[in-house]
Amino acid sequence: MLTFTAPKENNLKVLQFLYDDAELKFRFLTDLMAIHYPDNMGAELAVVYHLHNLEDNIRLRLKVFTDIKQPDVFSVTALFRSANFMERETYDFFGVNFIGHPNLIRILNVEEMDYFPLRKEYPLEDQTRIDKDDEMFGR
Amino acid sequence: MSDHIVLPEGSIEKQTTTLNLGPTHPATHGVFQNILEMDGERILKATSTVGYIHRAFEKIAERRPLYQITPLTDRLNYCSSPINNMGWHITCEKLLNVKIPKRVDYLRIIIMELARISDHLICNSVIGVDSGAYTGFLYVMQYRELIYEIYEEVCGSRLTTNIGRIGGFERNFTNTAFVKLEKFLDEYPRTLKEFENLFKRNRIFMDRTIGCGPISAEMALNYGFTGPNLRAAGVDYDVRVHTPYSSYEDFDFNIPVGTTGDVYDRFLVRNDEMWESLKIINEAYRKVKEFKGAEAEVFHADSPAYYLPPKKDVYTKMEALIYHFKIVMGEIEMPPGEVYSCVEGANGELGYYLVSDGGRTPYRLHFRRPCFIYYQAYTEIIKGGMLSDAIITMSSLNLIAGELDA
Repeated sequence: MLTFTAPKENNLKVLQFLYDDAELKFRFLTDLMAIHYPDNMGAELAVVYHLHNLEDNIRLRLKVFTDIKQPDVFSVTALFRSANFMERETYDFFGVNFIGHPNLIRILNVEEMDYFPLRKEYPLEDQTRIDKDDEMFGR
Repeated sequence: MSDHIVLPEGSIEKQTTTLNLGPTHPATHGVFQNILEMDGERILKATSTVGYIHRAFEKIAERRPLYQITPLTDRLNYCSSPINNMGWHITCEKLLNVKIPKRVDYLRIIIMELARISDHLICNSVIGVDSGAYTGFLYVMQYRELIYEIYEEVCGSRLTTNIGRIGGFERNFTNTAFVKLEKFLDEYPRTLKEFENLFKRNRIFMDRTIGCGPISAEMALNYGFTGPNLRAAGVDYDVRVHTPYSSYEDFDFNIPVGTTGDVYDRFLVRNDEMWESLKIINEAYRKVKEFKGAEAEVFHADSPAYYLPPKKDVYTKMEALIYHFKIVMGEIEMPPGEVYSCVEGANGELGYYLVSDGGRTPYRLHFRRPCFIYYQAYTEIIKGGMLSDAIITMSSLNLIAGELDA
């Protein structure tokens, strides 16, 4: 699948162009998620969009990198309404702040959670539990 | 001494009622909550909350070798777990570059279409239950039992099947499995016809469901709908035809498409898809019976690096022992790379995005869950409608909580 990157300021412009162009017609947002690369200094969080041109059956992957210290990315909910929950999930798991999202709150985890669990620094197990023996269960 | 009751701020001026269609409710098939603002019987606004059954699959998958992720995929859409398992194995095969023999493809198609029938049966019969017609549900449950027995013959479990391996199946289909499959293919069409006759031209059912919860094709595409819900709105997008996997291109079947996307259209699309699935299973079974001799014993690909060797080789040959050890300990060599692969789940395009960095576990695994994506449209669809219509719309969208949350 063709994968390309764009600067994060242009993500909405690129998606709008891919949507509007009469030949490209990428009018279906298949998926939106993020990946954490802790080793890329300055571009640790990648927001990945999977697009689909249903008429000609072409798929595309767009990656947008952002700094983890200020992970602001423009929201695409104005263009694709399906991005609403998907951006909330990405915020919940990684802390990416989608500018312009109508309701950016946690979706799958509890509201009281104050960290972003899918980032690589967080282990699989909840470290605040005192009843489990870490030697056997911690991974 | 009378205690003055203190009402919440603004509650006397408030013209609407807040109703909590809560996480535990007999009509919501799974745990998800909707808080409705109602004016009498009409819904003005709805807020939905999901995440009651979030089990952190994506985080767990980062610590599990490939075979240990299959039980996680079972629990996504648990009404049709073989499809999830096959989809996952197909994704792994794409990354690991494993070629699958035809007989395995046809057997996989049989199992996947059985799972699709099983899921659509639940959805359609539950639309009946929610509108007061309980009998249809019981008539078809007997055949769902038979489908579960077929799964049990192949893999040992009924609901969360963990069926198959990377490269095929764990054992060849026994004679009992084929006998049960033939019994299903023999008796089920009559029951489906009876079930269809109960609802399809039933005046009460039609009045209840026509025009209820419609969605236009543009809205549906913008909301990311796929599967029967999108086809009911008029768009003929089916992953089996668009990007065929597992030899679906060898089969000839129709894609039923609706017009308005209301509850009745969704019911009819699912119903017709069940007939098409029966056609596909009959065709696949006929093709499987054509394999003779040694070819009829093939049930997995020849890839010893990813498929557990037979036990008698493990006990006698060195290479088989090494492969067995490596696979069980999870030391499968995954080449670095990214792959997105999708299958047509019962609810739509179920996608797996697997990012590998060459280690023994995925670097990142993401499930593109169709239910999660189209559930966003629910609050839009029910706005302005009645509460009972909202219940029927929810059951016709086939929301499975496991797929909503992962």
